[in-house]
Amino acid sequence: MTDLTQLTLAEARDAVAAKTISSTEITKAFVDAVEKARPLNAYVLETPEKALAMAKASDERIAKGQAGPLEGLPLGIKDLYATEGTRTTACSKIIGNFVPAYESTVTSQLWRDGAVMLGKLNNDEFAMGSSNETSAFGPVVSPWQRTGSNAKLVPGGSSGGSSAAVAANICLGATATDTGGSIRQPAAFTGTVGIKPTYGRCSRWGIVAFASSLDQAGPIAKTVRDNAILLRSMAGFDPKDSTSVDRPVPDYEKAVGASVKGMKIGIPKEYRVDGMSAEIEALWQKGADMLRAAGAEIVEVSLPHTKYALPAYYIVAPAEASSNLARYDGVRYGVRVPGKDIVSMYENTRAEGFGKEVRRRIMIGTYVLSAGYYDAYYVRAQKIRTLIRQDFEKVYAQGVNAILTPATPSAAFGIGEKGGADPVEMYLNDVFTVTVNMAGLPGIAVPGGLSTEGLPLGLQLIGRPFDEETLFSLGEVIEQAAGRIALPQRWWA
Amino acid sequence: MNATVDPKKLIKGATGDWEVVIGMEIHAQVTSKSKLFSGASTEFGGDPNDHVSLVDAAMPGMLPVINAECVAQAIRTGLGLKAQINLRSVFDRKNYFYPDLPQGYQISQYKDPIVGEGEVLVDLPDGQQITVGIERLHLEQDAGKSLHDQSPTLSFVDLNRSGVALMEIVSRPDLRSSEEARAYVTKLRTILRYLGTCDGNMEEGSLRADVNVSVRRPGEALGTRCEIKNVNSIRFIGQAIEYEARRQIGILEDGGKIDQETRLFDPGKGETRSMRSKEEAHDYRYFPDPDLLPLEFTQAYVDELKKGLPELPDEKKARFIATYGVTAYDAGVLVAERAGADYFEAVAKGRDGKAAANWVINELFGRLNKDGKDVTNSPVSAAQLGGIVDLISEGTISGKLAKDLFEIVWTEGGDPKEIVEARGMKQVTDTGAIEAAVDAVIAANPDKVEQAKAKPTMIGWFVGQVMKQSGGKANPQAVNDILKAKLGIE
Repeated sequence: MTDLTQLTLAEARDAVAAKTISSTEITKAFVDAVEKARPLNAYVLETPEKALAMAKASDERIAKGQAGPLEGLPLGIKDLYATEGTRTTACSKIIGNFVPAYESTVTSQLWRDGAVMLGKLNNDEFAMGSSNETSAFGPVVSPWQRTGSNAKLVPGGSSGGSSAAVAANICLGATATDTGGSIRQPAAFTGTVGIKPTYGRCSRWGIVAFASSLDQAGPIAKTVRDNAILLRSMAGFDPKDSTSVDRPVPDYEKAVGASVKGMKIGIPKEYRVDGMSAEIEALWQKGADMLRAAGAEIVEVSLPHTKYALPAYYIVAPAEASSNLARYDGVRYGVRVPGKDIVSMYENTRAEGFGKEVRRRIMIGTYVLSAGYYDAYYVRAQKIRTLIRQDFEKVYAQGVNAILTPATPSAAFGIGEKGGADPVEMYLNDVFTVTVNMAGLPGIAVPGGLSTEGLPLGLQLIGRPFDEETLFSLGEVIEQAAGRIALPQRWWA
Repeated sequence: MNATVDPKKLIKGATGDWEVVIGMEIHAQVTSKSKLFSGASTEFGGDPNDHVSLVDAAMPGMLPVINAECVAQAIRTGLGLKAQINLRSVFDRKNYFYPDLPQGYQISQYKDPIVGEGEVLVDLPDGQQITVGIERLHLEQDAGKSLHDQSPTLSFVDLNRSGVALMEIVSRPDLRSSEEARAYVTKLRTILRYLGTCDGNMEEGSLRADVNVSVRRPGEALGTRCEIKNVNSIRFIGQAIEYEARRQIGILEDGGKIDQETRLFDPGKGETRSMRSKEEAHDYRYFPDPDLLPLEFTQAYVDELKKGLPELPDEKKARFIATYGVTAYDAGVLVAERAGADYFEAVAKGRDGKAAANWVINELFGRLNKDGKDVTNSPVSAAQLGGIVDLISEGTISGKLAKDLFEIVWTEGGDPKEIVEARGMKQVTDTGAIEAAVDAVIAANPDKVEQAKAKPTMIGWFVGQVMKQSGGKANPQAVNDILKAKLGIE
C-alpha cells in the first residue's frame, strides 16, 4: 500500500469520497507518523484517541451519505486555537495547563465540515517569534536540512509547528495564524503553501490574541489547492467577532487553475532591500517570468512607505499585545506564583509565566503607549499604517491585480543562529510580510525553488482586499511552473 | 456657568470668603438585560459569579461585541440631557491591573465619546434655577467586586458586575455649593428615571458619583482640585463636599497648598481621606480597542429614538403649571418622580388642579413618606383620591372630614362616596338646621356676642362652636355666612 501521508489534502479528500480509503485508515497512518516524528517537536499535544473517534464518526457519516467538504481528513491545529476540552496553551507556561470550555469559531467550522484533529501544533509563545524558538515547549526542528548537513534548522515562526508538520507529512493540512508573517514565512521556509487571508475574512473568536488589529487565521498545506479547500471552511462572518466581515465565502477551489491571462502583476521596487542575496533576487525574477509565461503582464510599481512598515509594526503589535496579555495575571486561570501582596503576585506570576521575548514585547508595548510617548510612537505608527494602506490602494487603482515579492529575505536558518544578541536580526525576517498585515490585505506564500544549499525559497503574492481567489489562481501558476518542492528526507524516522 | 458670585453661597473662612467649585462625574448603570459587551445577565444580586460569561471572565481568545440596547440607552440619555449625539464614537482600552478587572483593561470611551455637550436645569429649594453644563457622556464597562471578608488570608472576586454597562456623565465645574451639587444629582437621577435608562438606585450602586472639589477666592482662577471617588448617596455627596471644602480652606488659610489627589469619603467619620496622590496616579495607556470597530449610527436612528422619548421633567413641569395652574414649586415637587406625576395627573384631570396638587403633595406624599411607601404601591389610588377631591368640591364633605375620609380609605380601602354615605359623614348644608344651631350658640353666649360685635375676628370661635354641635358635618362656609348675618358683622 502507498504511504497515505504522502497524499495532498485534495487527493485524500477525493479518495475518501470515492471510498477507496476510509477516514480511519488515513487517520491511523497519520497517528503513526505523528508518533514517529516526535523528534521534530511539531506537536505539543497529540490527540490520537480523539482523532480516531472523529475518524470513526466521519466514516459513519460517509456511509450515510452525509459527508462534509473535509470529511475524515486529519489536520493539525496550532495551539493558539482554543479547542474545547483539549489543552490550549499558546505555547506559554502562563496558561500551560489551560483547557478551554469553548471551541474557536474557525476550528468548529473545520469540525462542522468533517475534519479530524490529530493534535495541537507548536508555535512561538503567543505567536511572538519568527523561528518557533520562543515556545515554552522548545523549538520545532524543520524536516528540511541543508544539502550535506545535519544541522538543525528552524521551520520559521510563529506557525513553525504547522509548517513543519505539513512539510513532514504528519498532517494533511494545518491551521495557522499570521500577525506579521507567521503563516507565510514558515511556509516559505518549509516548501509549503500558506495564505494569510484579508483581515476580517476569518473569525478571531477563540484564537488566543497577539495583536488584534493584525491577527488573522489561515491554513498551511502542501499545495495551493489544499489551501483553497481549507480556507473555504475556515472563512466566514462571525457575529462574535466585531471585526469579521459579513460577505459570502466563495468556492476558492474554482479559482485554482483559472487563467491569469491579462492580469497585471506589480513588482514593488522598494522590496529590493539592501543586501538582498542574488539567490532571492533570482527567485523573484523567476517568479515574474513564470507569471509572464502564463499571460500575465509584469509592471514595476512603487510602495514608497515600505521601509517604515517594519518599525511601525514593531510599535503597533507590541502595543496591542501588552494590553491583550494583561489578562494573564494569575487571578482566574493559568499559573499563579504567590507573593506578599497582589502586586508582587502579579510580578512573580508574569515573570515566571512569560518567556523572554514575550516579556520584551510587553515592555515595548507598555512603553510606546505610556503618557508622553503615545503620540511619538503609537500615533505615528498608526499614521504610517494609513500611508502603507494608501500605497497599496494607489497601486491597485492603477489596475494591478496582485503584487509579487519574495516571501523572506533568506532561506531557513539554524536553530540558535539568529536573534540571540539583537532581536532586530530576527525581526528583519518579517520585512516582506508585515506590510500585508499593516494594510489588512491577503497574502500567499508559494514555493518558488530551492536555494543553493538545497532549502526551499518562497514567493509572496499580495492581493486586493477579499480577492483571495486571484492569489489562488496566480499561486497555482507558480506551483505548476516551479513544480512541487521535493519532500525532505525523513531523517527522523 | 454662573458668571456672578452669589454671596449667599460663599463659605466664611478665618481670613475672608471662599467660593467652592464642584464638578461631578456620575456613573450610572445602564438599564439593560445584558452586559455592554457580552450576553450575560445584569440582574442585581445572585450568587457570586452567577452572571459571568466567557467574555466577562476574559478567557483567552474571547472578544467583545457591543450590545445595541446599551447604545440606544446612551443616546436616549444624551437626548434627555439636550446634548450633542456623536454619530461616530470610539471605544478605548483603559489599562490597569486589578483583580476585579479580568481583562486587565476597562473598555471605555476616551477621546471620542458617544455624547458631547449638553445641559441640565436644576431647581434649588429657594426657587432659583441654575444651568449645569454637561461636558460629555460615554459608555464603559463596570468592574467586578473584590470580597475581603470571606477568608482570613485571601480575597475573593465576584464578577457579576464585571462588564455591566455604565454611562459616565461628566459635568462642567458649574456647581457652587453642596446644596447645588445635591440638587444636580437629584435632578439628573430624575431625568434618568424618566428616560428609563438608569434606575438611579444608589443603594445597589446603580448611581455613584466622583466629586471634584476645589476652593478659591471669589473672582479668582480655579484652585487645585481633589477628586472624591465613588460617593454613593446624595446625602454623602453633600457631606463630602462640606468637609472637603472646609479642609481645603483650612490648608490654604494656614498658608499651605492643595495637593491634587484622589480621596475617599468615609461616611462613618464624615470625612475624606487621601487615596492616592497625582504622582501615584495610574498611567492608563489609553488606546483604541482593536477588537471593536468605531461605533457608528445614522441621524435617522437618533431621530427614531427621539420620537420614542417620554415627556421629560422640565416639559412636564411647564405643562403642569400651564394646564393645571399649580405653582412652580408644587409642579417641581410633582414631577420629581414620573410615577408621582402620573398619579397627580390622574387626580387632576377634570378637577381643580390646585386642589389636586394640594392633596397629592400634602396628604398623599406626606402619608407615603411617613409609612416609607412608594407612590407605585400607594394604598389610596388616584381614582380614590380623585373621589375625595370631588366630594369636597361638591360641598358634600368639609376639608376636615375629607382628611378623616382619606385616612379611612388609606387603612380600609373602599369607594369614598360609599363610605361617606354609609357612615353619615355628609356635610350639612341644610340652612335650617345650621340656623338652629347658630341660634342655640348665640342664645347660650350673650357675652361673647357682645364681644364679637366689637371684635369681628371672634366669629371664628362661634364657627368652631357650631361645627362642634354639628359633629363637624356642617358646611363651614354656610355657618360663616349665617353667623355673620345674625351677629351683624360685615
